[in-house]
Amino acid sequence: MAEHIEHAAHAHAAPTGFIRKYVFSLDHKVIGIQYYFLALASVFIGMFLSLLMRIHLVWPGVSLPLIGEIKPETYLSLLTMHGTFMVFFVLTTAPQSGFGNYFLPIQIGAPDMAFPVLNMLSFWTTFLAFLVAIAAFFVEGGAPLHGWTGYPPLSAVPSAGPGEALGADLWVLSIAIFCVASLMGALNFITTVLDLRCKGMSMMRMPLTVWAWFITAILGLLAFGVLLSAGILLLLDRNLGTSFFIPGGTVVNGTLLNHKGGSPLLWQHLFWFFGHPEVYIAILPGMGVASQLLSTFSRKPIFGYKAMVYAIMAIGGLGFVVWGHHMFMSGMSPYSAFAFSLMTMAIGVPSAIKTFNWLGTIWRGRVHFDSPMLFAVGFVSLFVSGGLSGPFLAQPLLDIYLHDTFFVVAHFHLIMGVAAIFGIFAGTYYWFPKMFGRMMNEALAQAHFWLTLIGTYAIFMPMHYEGMAARPRRYSQLTEVGWLQQLTGVEKFVTYAAFITIAAQFIFVFNLFWSMFKGKKATDNPWNATTLEWTTATPPPHDNFAGVTPTVYHGPYEYSVPGAPNDFVMQTDPTPHGGHVPSEDKPLAAE
Amino acid sequence: MPASLELEKHGGGGGGRVPPPRGGDGGGARGDDAPDFRERLNRYRLGMAIGLIGVIMVFVSLTSAFIVRQGTTTRDPNTGIETVDWLPITLPTSALVLNTLLLMASSVALEMARRSLKRQYAVAEAVGDSEAQAPAPWLAISVLLGAGFLAGQLFVWSELRRRGVYLPTNPSSSFFYLLTALHGVHLLGGMIALGYAQATAWFHRSIAQRLLVVDVTGIYWHFMALLWLYIFGLFQFVK
Ligand code: HEM
Ligand SMILES: [Cu+2]
Repeated sequence: MAEHIEHAAHAHAAPTGFIRKYVFSLDHKVIGIQYYFLALASVFIGMFLSLLMRIHLVWPGVSLPLIGEIKPETYLSLLTMHGTFMVFFVLTTAPQSGFGNYFLPIQIGAPDMAFPVLNMLSFWTTFLAFLVAIAAFFVEGGAPLHGWTGYPPLSAVPSAGPGEALGADLWVLSIAIFCVASLMGALNFITTVLDLRCKGMSMMRMPLTVWAWFITAILGLLAFGVLLSAGILLLLDRNLGTSFFIPGGTVVNGTLLNHKGGSPLLWQHLFWFFGHPEVYIAILPGMGVASQLLSTFSRKPIFGYKAMVYAIMAIGGLGFVVWGHHMFMSGMSPYSAFAFSLMTMAIGVPSAIKTFNWLGTIWRGRVHFDSPMLFAVGFVSLFVSGGLSGPFLAQPLLDIYLHDTFFVVAHFHLIMGVAAIFGIFAGTYYWFPKMFGRMMNEALAQAHFWLTLIGTYAIFMPMHYEGMAARPRRYSQLTEVGWLQQLTGVEKFVTYAAFITIAAQFIFVFNLFWSMFKGKKATDNPWNATTLEWTTATPPPHDNFAGVTPTVYHGPYEYSVPGAPNDFVMQTDPTPHGGHVPSEDKPLAAE
Repeated sequence: MPASLELEKHGGGGGGRVPPPRGGDGGGARGDDAPDFRERLNRYRLGMAIGLIGVIMVFVSLTSAFIVRQGTTTRDPNTGIETVDWLPITLPTSALVLNTLLLMASSVALEMARRSLKRQYAVAEAVGDSEAQAPAPWLAISVLLGAGFLAGQLFVWSELRRRGVYLPTNPSSSFFYLLTALHGVHLLGGMIALGYAQATAWFHRSIAQRLLVVDVTGIYWHFMALLWLYIFGLFQFVK
């Protein structure tokens, strides 16, 4: 392999002390793992809260050990914190900051992120945000009631309910801190991709995972600043008497508030200008992973690499002009509703391009259904199932009926929640050998996959029907409502399914930790994949390539190249067909 | 995108080795030596430019909030009449103009500091660190002028308070306090970076290190000056 050794002595030395190595580490790989475990802790918090909600929905009077009876306002706190942990600390954290941190530099042949110190700061700032969010549970009045979307006036008036006092302040603060951390992370990702690619790694030779992380970082850079300013305005309204969001004449608990003239809609605009790109921040990295895995495990090049790149860009770009589809009920002008509706439908085009390209990739491939591949296929399945309800919700006329029903809950859980989680699982099973040097147990992984796939469909599919039966969202007690009695059976079914699905996640966690210590030793390239992380040692050394900067000669998906001796050609292979030079061919030149 | 680096090639300045391929350098991010200085400078400039996009988004969204809030009406439930509660804020303009001049002067001083450091760096590269004479105290002047601007802003706030205009008095005053405070916080951050650059001189860190900080903070500082003009303009012309 033609790699050039180059001022290796210059590379920063690996740290030795425990604190510098594992706690305040500057190494992107350690930071990536830190993010990953933060997300893992958060997903269990989020799942636990959702289980409490599900229990309360079907047995409202039951008193749980340690927790007691769940009051209606407690249900709203659970709801808020469930959504907050899932969206921010799981879906924004694991796919982008976790895997992105670990593998983006390696996949472009860089020794680290562009700004390692900033990278460390981003993680610890995120961790601070996490602690502040946790603190909201334990203060007087408990966690806020306003949902992850934090709509004012509820979110802006401390006297509006028990959790709206200090708990809500901590919530806003946590989100604001999270925004700052994400901005620092985004800056680092973008600079790294633009400036640290190794020789030969042109933009169009980057793996689609890198493209996804790159575009996600751009979305983050443009979106988090907006949420940050909205958060600051909200904190001022809550604590310093301003009236950005609180309208005049607001009466809370019989008391007329002193605020006047604010606009609750202003919050909705700012929030959703962030919020819609945020759902793509959650899902794009999963799309990258799915593309990578479908190609690798079908032993075929990705179908339409360029189309995939442009589709990611189009989704990212259109994502900024559709936020109004969350606000059809706000009394907006029918003309703007129409425009938002049209733009939203337009996102269907690049999404369909991606879906068809994924199908085209596995079409007639020699598909290996290892666990990473199963989750990648599961990702596509969930993306399609969840995506199909999108065009319904995108039509104002239908949304007026479906808005704030469980139809929406079903839609966003499938397409954003669980699909992105499947992306995380796929990434975990795929990259675990590289990260920890051992293979995960395949039998457990397969069991985990089937239970999770069937379980999530069992939880979220019936919610569509409940939504069409006008079962409202964010309501704690349905058992008293006459016209919802008929749904009791479905509600019970969903709760049982949630129990089983959540239990199945313990298989995953067991597998994760067990394999870390007891798994079969992994080779450097267990999946016969082509990208740069598989050219280096397992786990990779401190500066990723042990002082050797790789040179890239190929695109990332050269599988089953005709005439090649292997069915994969490493990106670093200088020969046209992977170790096999027909007499008429000359070795390649790096671009 | 960062401007191309103006440091001219000077004999052996690059350490006399082949320039590394774009970005593929091992320790660039951490090392403190001259050889990959250009590369680091470009990387930091790029990072700063991208970071500023994030800052811009904060102020763009606040501007949109400013405009929306300005036009928000409240409907009286009894009479059905819609009223706007926004009252244009009357600012102590002469004080603000003075502040503006201070900030612009600070920007100019920082540019002077950067240029003299660049010259000092070139000399140090050619004849060795100890020979390069200390630059004029432009850096300190710039920080002082910046501090003057902040003090001036505080004076403007106290002046407004004296007139009974507080943060919650009217949405226009809310925005004024908020935008000036956010801008001030950003400036403080820049001053800390410049203070760090000054401190590296006392601790005999390399000139390259200082030039790097001053150059990149300079971009930030000039941007903050422009941002201030923008905010000032917003309150003068869109009130
Ligand atoms: C174990 C699987 C899960 C179950 C059983 C579950 C259950 C629930 C339930 C019962 C609600 C409340 C609906 C309502 O009353 O309005 C909810 C809301 C929500 N969930 Fe999940 N969830 C799960 C996983 C996830 C995941 C992976 C995400 C990541 C996106 C997520 C994000 C949300 C969000 C954003 C809300 C809305 C919160 C709000 O209205 O403010 N959930 N979930
Ligand atoms: Cu949306």
